[in-house]
Amino acid sequence: MKLSKRLGLTTALIAGMAIAAPAMAEVKVGMITTLSGGGAGLGIDTRDGFQLALKQAGDKAKDIELLIEDDQQKPDVAVQIADKMIQSDNVDVLTGIVWSNLAMAVVPAAVGQGKFYLSTNAAPSALAGKGCNPNYFSVSYQNDNLHEAAGAYANDAGFKKVFIMAPNYPAGKDSLAGFKRYYKGDIASEVYTQVGQTDYAGEIAQIRASGADAVFFFLPGGMGIAFMKQYAGSGVETPVIGPAFSFSQDVLPAVGEAALGVKNTSNWSKDIDNPANKAFVEAFQADYNRLPSIYAAYGYDTANLLLSALEKAQPSDAEAFRAALKEASFDSVRGKFSFGPNNHPIQDLYVREVIDENGTLTNKIIATAMTDHGDAYAAECKM
Amino acid sequence: MRREAILDIAIFALLVLFALVAFATGQNFAVTIATKIAILALAGVGLNLALGYGGLVSFGHAAFFGIGGYVTAILASHAANYEPLAFGLPGTTQMLVIWPVAMIVAGIAGLVIGALSLGTSGVYFIMVTLAFAQMLYYLAVSWPAYGGEDGLSFYVRNSFPGVNTLAPVPFFAICASLLALALLVSACLTRSRFGLALQATRQNPMRTTATGIRPFPVRLVAFVISAMICGLAGSLYADLNRFVSPASMSWHMSGEIMVFVILGGVGRLAGPIAGAAVFIALEQLLGPVSDYWLGLVGVLLLLIVLFAPGGITGLILREKRHG
Amino acid sequence: MTLLIEQALNGLQYGMMLFVMAAGLTLIFGVMGLINLAHGSLYMVGAFACAAVAAATGSYWLGLVASLIAAAFVGALVERLVIRRLYTRDHLDQVLATFALILIFSEGTRWLFGSFPLYLSLPPALAGAVSLPGGVTYPVFRLVIIAVGALIALGLWLLIGRTRLGIRIRAGEADREMISALGVDIGALYTAVFALGAALAGMAGALVGTLQSVQVGMGEPVLILAFVTVVIGGIGSIKGAFIGALLVGITDTLGKALLPVLLQPVLGAGAGPVGAALASVLIYLLMAVVLIWRPQGLYGARA
Repeated sequence: MKLSKRLGLTTALIAGMAIAAPAMAEVKVGMITTLSGGGAGLGIDTRDGFQLALKQAGDKAKDIELLIEDDQQKPDVAVQIADKMIQSDNVDVLTGIVWSNLAMAVVPAAVGQGKFYLSTNAAPSALAGKGCNPNYFSVSYQNDNLHEAAGAYANDAGFKKVFIMAPNYPAGKDSLAGFKRYYKGDIASEVYTQVGQTDYAGEIAQIRASGADAVFFFLPGGMGIAFMKQYAGSGVETPVIGPAFSFSQDVLPAVGEAALGVKNTSNWSKDIDNPANKAFVEAFQADYNRLPSIYAAYGYDTANLLLSALEKAQPSDAEAFRAALKEASFDSVRGKFSFGPNNHPIQDLYVREVIDENGTLTNKIIATAMTDHGDAYAAECKM
Repeated sequence: MRREAILDIAIFALLVLFALVAFATGQNFAVTIATKIAILALAGVGLNLALGYGGLVSFGHAAFFGIGGYVTAILASHAANYEPLAFGLPGTTQMLVIWPVAMIVAGIAGLVIGALSLGTSGVYFIMVTLAFAQMLYYLAVSWPAYGGEDGLSFYVRNSFPGVNTLAPVPFFAICASLLALALLVSACLTRSRFGLALQATRQNPMRTTATGIRPFPVRLVAFVISAMICGLAGSLYADLNRFVSPASMSWHMSGEIMVFVILGGVGRLAGPIAGAAVFIALEQLLGPVSDYWLGLVGVLLLLIVLFAPGGITGLILREKRHG
Repeated sequence: MTLLIEQALNGLQYGMMLFVMAAGLTLIFGVMGLINLAHGSLYMVGAFACAAVAAATGSYWLGLVASLIAAAFVGALVERLVIRRLYTRDHLDQVLATFALILIFSEGTRWLFGSFPLYLSLPPALAGAVSLPGGVTYPVFRLVIIAVGALIALGLWLLIGRTRLGIRIRAGEADREMISALGVDIGALYTAVFALGAALAGMAGALVGTLQSVQVGMGEPVLILAFVTVVIGGIGSIKGAFIGALLVGITDTLGKALLPVLLQPVLGAGAGPVGAALASVLIYLLMAVVLIWRPQGLYGARA
């Protein structure tokens, strides 16, 4: 009977899928990041930065087995990859998630099962305060940091009435809260835009009518590109400030001249003057033929933190490995770097200006907004 | 037995066999994959009732799937935080309580959306169901309570009396049993007077009306049952991930559920299982091969639509579509 | 007051852009009975072609021409290879096949152009803003878009009402079998209509890409809005698409601007997020109301 034959073949195929040979390595690292779809650029930079550090480490990294999977920027896919990495690949350390909503879906369950999670980007407030965990380390920042720096910078620059704007989702609300935490002047208007919105004509009209002396905005990805281009063509002259996300190397070429001269806040820039950073920027350009973005820098730092900890302890000895991570004894491309009580960075935050460097748009540090800055949630963290 | 009935049973048995082989060889994650297939297939079985038998092409069934998920996550998180819900009712972590609530809420949503949409037909119906789903999606993204875009986590899977739901195999058993139950209900329903009336409204609404059956109530009942099954699937999916987010209500999700049904074979009982299994297998097998795997999935889908219009089950049975 | 005028202009400009997208969609549905989810992909193709050619030649205008040609060419190619096999199929197969095309186009574009957004910006002649009578300052390029949308509406009206091709298109909408029996090459007509719709989508993509960002996935949000527009206006009706597009554009813009303000007295500080949440569902609410009131849309003739 032909039907049964075809069914039999399918059975064999399916059974084959279930049996995959396990591989041996001393430390398994699972990277979950966005490699397809519209947000792929951020994940690719994270991955490339991380792999560059492993490559440079040479023999020291030979015990690390890196598994990389694409989360498609979908939280349920990320959860399933994490389940797979924990249940069947037996990874020791997870890393790589770009987006806060995906981190919220994956991190609590992963660290709850005793795995380590090193964040290369997303660090939502819910994981920094009451929800902190000794196995969760954010190498990038706490989500509010860059917005807080923008608030501090707005004071320094003498702005008295600022128009603030962010998408209507938790990271957006955190952003505006972070800005207001350090900004002392008046708020002209507080506007929440739609997630994924690409036309900002309405908001620009409100800015024009508001009489504000500066605009602060947090619009990651395509939203920021669209806003900057439309703002530049609108005839509104009010200066804008924002966190680095809309002025990072991944989107800057697409924004174009509209970004020139804009002040943005970051904890990393390619012109931070230290040997580790110089080596990183040169090697990244040589290997990938493009300038690194902040995501590449965080990926690179995360891998180096991991390598530094592995020199002292193995993840199997959780206590010792945790202590080794906490020491943060690696050469960060950001220079000074240490962990606060909630395993989030204490670092300097800079103000950068977008400049044209021989025909390529990039950023230059013009001031330091905050020094040795931690985050607002550390006090709530009990661990 | 008819060839198709043999195939239905064989496909379901294959899914269970896959989970058992995976468990026996210690591949816990493959059991999770089988669970995911069972749950998504359950959503497909729900949609198939409206789409396959009733000819109601809904592009908004993710709304019911998402509602089931949110009901589950909201009840579980209230129980975890000991915060009462509205009217002082407590939250709960009992699946046996959560399922009916999820199904009732999804059913009510189905009743409202169905009653408002069934006045239209053809492309208008496709689009108006999509519009209602988009409305709920944007509300879930931007409404201040329950996590918005970040979604809602509840960390510990809900419980079922006498079963350790945290272990992969028992949870698979629960999902597979519910899938089997839904298949049975679906099979009985389509053979009943109601089912025959439903299929008649699809094939020839004029003649059906002439025989004294009004299409609207028949279609509405089918739509509501279909929404309830999707709500149950959404509840299980939330438990699988211990997490729910607006993404489960997005038009991509509606599209995917539709893809399971069409890929497997429209109006075939076990079609959604075959469709979901093939889709998930492609995701698992092609994902590691190429960053552009979604494009490859697209090519395969296209080839199947163009050259095998009866879907996978149609291909195996060498038959074109039903109806 | 000037704020309200500026917002109304924004709504008009948004509506015009939606019309250019929706016109192709409604034409393709009206003539071939095809529901084309891949219309947003053609919009993306236009934007990428414009950005690539503008970057290579330094001329925005050449880029704009390229967007029309590339989208029309890709449209014709897809029609010949895939779409024509779908005319006799039901809506289900059309939805699935064109859903597959979206995946292929998105990943194909990413493979060709990389994962990072492309640069595309205004030519100097159209940059900046002008003062309009009444004291409103408004960007030149948005005024150009309003004008282009109006011109296309006029052009389509003339094309369909006054030319041979238009007569065939109308005949095709009325009775497909009949016009092929009368000796019209129906295959060529279908390819031409599809390419025309694709070219319109491509141009919309290039114009909007200039204003927003040129990146993979840019076509999806606008696709759904274009469908909403077509359905509100009535499928197959260019006039309906025009009215529907303006309705959607103005409702969305004014809703976003006014709802948070209107809710302020009721909700106080929470008005921002709640108002924004309600504004985002407003157009879908509009569509549901229109369809419940008129199940065939405003100007729809048949289902």
